[in-house]
Amino acid sequence: MTDSNIQLDKHGRLKHFLTIEGLDRSLLQDILNYAESFSGVGERAVKKVPLLRGKTIANLFFEPSTRTRTTFELAAKRLSADVLSLNIAYSATKKGESLLDTLRTLEAMHCDMFVVRHADSGAAHFIASHVAPGISVINGGDGRHAHPTQAMLDMFTIRRHKGDFAPLRVAIVGDILHSRVARSEIHALSILGVNEIRVIGPRTLVPKDIQTLGVHVYHDLDAGLHDADVIIVLRLQHERMCSALLPGEAEYFNLYGLTEKRLCLAKPDAIVMHPGPINRGVEIDSQVADGKRSVILQQVSHGIAVRMAVMAMTMGNLSNLDPETIDAHSH
Amino acid sequence: MRTVIKHGRIVDPANKLDKVADLFIEKGRIVGIGKGPVGFTPEQVIEARNRIVCPGLVDLSARLREPGQEYKATIASETAAAASGGITSICCMPDTSPVIDTSAVTELIHQRARLANKAKVYCLGALTSGLEGKTLASMHALKLAGCVGVSNAYADIENTAVLRRALEYAATCNLVVHMFCEDGGLRNDGVIHEGMMSVRMGLPGIPETAETIAVSRVLLLIEQTATKLHFCRISSARSLDMIAQAKQQGLPVTADVAISHLYLTEIDLAEFNSLCHVRPPLRTTRDRDELRKALATGILDAICSDHQPHDEDAKAAPFGLTEPGASTLDVLLSLSLQLVQDKVLDLQTALAVLTIKPAKIAGIDAGHLAQGAAADVCIIDPELAWVAEKETLASAGKNCPFTGWEMTGKVTHTLLDGNIVFGNTS
Repeated sequence: MTDSNIQLDKHGRLKHFLTIEGLDRSLLQDILNYAESFSGVGERAVKKVPLLRGKTIANLFFEPSTRTRTTFELAAKRLSADVLSLNIAYSATKKGESLLDTLRTLEAMHCDMFVVRHADSGAAHFIASHVAPGISVINGGDGRHAHPTQAMLDMFTIRRHKGDFAPLRVAIVGDILHSRVARSEIHALSILGVNEIRVIGPRTLVPKDIQTLGVHVYHDLDAGLHDADVIIVLRLQHERMCSALLPGEAEYFNLYGLTEKRLCLAKPDAIVMHPGPINRGVEIDSQVADGKRSVILQQVSHGIAVRMAVMAMTMGNLSNLDPETIDAHSH
Repeated sequence: MRTVIKHGRIVDPANKLDKVADLFIEKGRIVGIGKGPVGFTPEQVIEARNRIVCPGLVDLSARLREPGQEYKATIASETAAAASGGITSICCMPDTSPVIDTSAVTELIHQRARLANKAKVYCLGALTSGLEGKTLASMHALKLAGCVGVSNAYADIENTAVLRRALEYAATCNLVVHMFCEDGGLRNDGVIHEGMMSVRMGLPGIPETAETIAVSRVLLLIEQTATKLHFCRISSARSLDMIAQAKQQGLPVTADVAISHLYLTEIDLAEFNSLCHVRPPLRTTRDRDELRKALATGILDAICSDHQPHDEDAKAAPFGLTEPGASTLDVLLSLSLQLVQDKVLDLQTALAVLTIKPAKIAGIDAGHLAQGAAADVCIIDPELAWVAEKETLASAGKNCPFTGWEMTGKVTHTLLDGNIVFGNTS
């Protein structure tokens, strides 16, 4: 219900990428198709295409991150853009500067795009609704709200392994309450039309009314894994033990940790995903994380291609381009 | 000054009056309805044909931001806004800075209000010192200084024993306790109603039980303490059930609702609209509908503005970092009249919950037009259509979630003690 109009320009093209909610299937498929074309770039001797040459992209990380920030940085560099990465959590805002002031300062440096990560839900929307007209905003994760590029790289990974979304049963396991990844994945899976989305977790970590998003809720892991095609395991933050949400990590692992034995309940060709970084022995057993069903490391490399696709699309540099021709164009 | 308001439709719920007549005012008091005293020669005539003439509105809660937050608004700016909205009596919450827990602060506010002379301001004193929920405020001294009730505003009283003692002591002082009910632990870091929208937006939720458990805790205590209790800003249908039952039981309880909660719901939070960040949170459509019904059935006794003016910066941040509260003095009356047009309330009831009923809760002689009463009068053009615009709001706080809304019915004149404080003199 969060209106996504602010994300689209008047021709219905992606201007900002803030949330999956409200986008249509063909747009998500475009992202996946472009990402498919870009995925070859990283394997070449010259890992660059000149699509965003001369553009400046600022990574604004108000919250610490390694994986997301570096893959955004790499994606921008492979598109030949100039990249500026700012860990604002440790600089301006600590001095009491307001978010709007920080924004105006960076605008004055003539950036063309902001990639934003922030601890508060709605921060990317706030920034997108206050930036100068020419600037695109990509949400690199806001509070518990959304992490749309992570969701799209997960969709990309699923499509690579499973092809068609329609017959799939997808199980998302763990701390749904605090997870922006889960929220964005639920929207993406539902727009792409999977057969069933399940969320699995203790009642303390599955938000009330989550079924309004069209998911089935399970509190029993074994029941929830039954016949699943895709299992997405979420990271469990250690601080959940301190706020009376869980008694301890060992008990959590006993109830919700993904083990080889439990994996047998899913389809024989089920894949296991995790947005990282993983807590071995907490939400997932090492045998599973490193096992043959795990596609966790592929997710990371797919992240670069998907972020390249989203960056190029929001900057409008792909509007007249057929996804099939990116490779040719770049040579 | 002798004034006559001519040809108006006088609607005075306190006296069950609804007729076209002239209203006569002399030396700040009402001296006649229909016919004036013998030999009355008006010095001022206000033509009110096709207009409603009713008591000035009594608002049980508006933050005026003075003392302490004059950068948001002042007593002068907000009482002027109140006058333009037909409001002549305002209760202000004790969470000013410093807190209203001494006679000095009470007197300062009263003095500033008298100086501005646009509306009468009544203080609610603190229930606990510094609103800290630990020790009792000097309630008797506050009462002597002019406080018309006591409240702990938004601050939770965690220790139930302290709450019980505070309720007992307030009853001893014969003071009404204005209680905002929200369990601090259940609220936790919540900013919006826990439900469909908190799931979607990933904003920490405030469960309905934060309110209902706090309401039931207070209800169980006052069964023992016989304190007169006023529930402030009820937001959920489930609380209404409990309040209805308490009333049936004969407990001395009353309750109000903020005007925003009669129109807005959690759905209005879409796009992280920080203007709809209010406390208590906007809840479901069903809650809103039940709140409307409860005004008609009398479970709720009053509508208040719950006016909370803010500076621009307070709302310019990601949702969870913005300050809660809406600027509503400008729209209280028009939105309440809309409830009449929408057949939720009849005109008598709509005006009763804005005038005589809140006046009784505050224990002030206001909100009616009886002979001898202070001439606090509001004149309304019920047909006048207008659109609330940020630029033309009278309040210093431009954080009104109703800007752009088309409304019908607007105040043309407000009289305070017989003096025109808003509108054209003729």
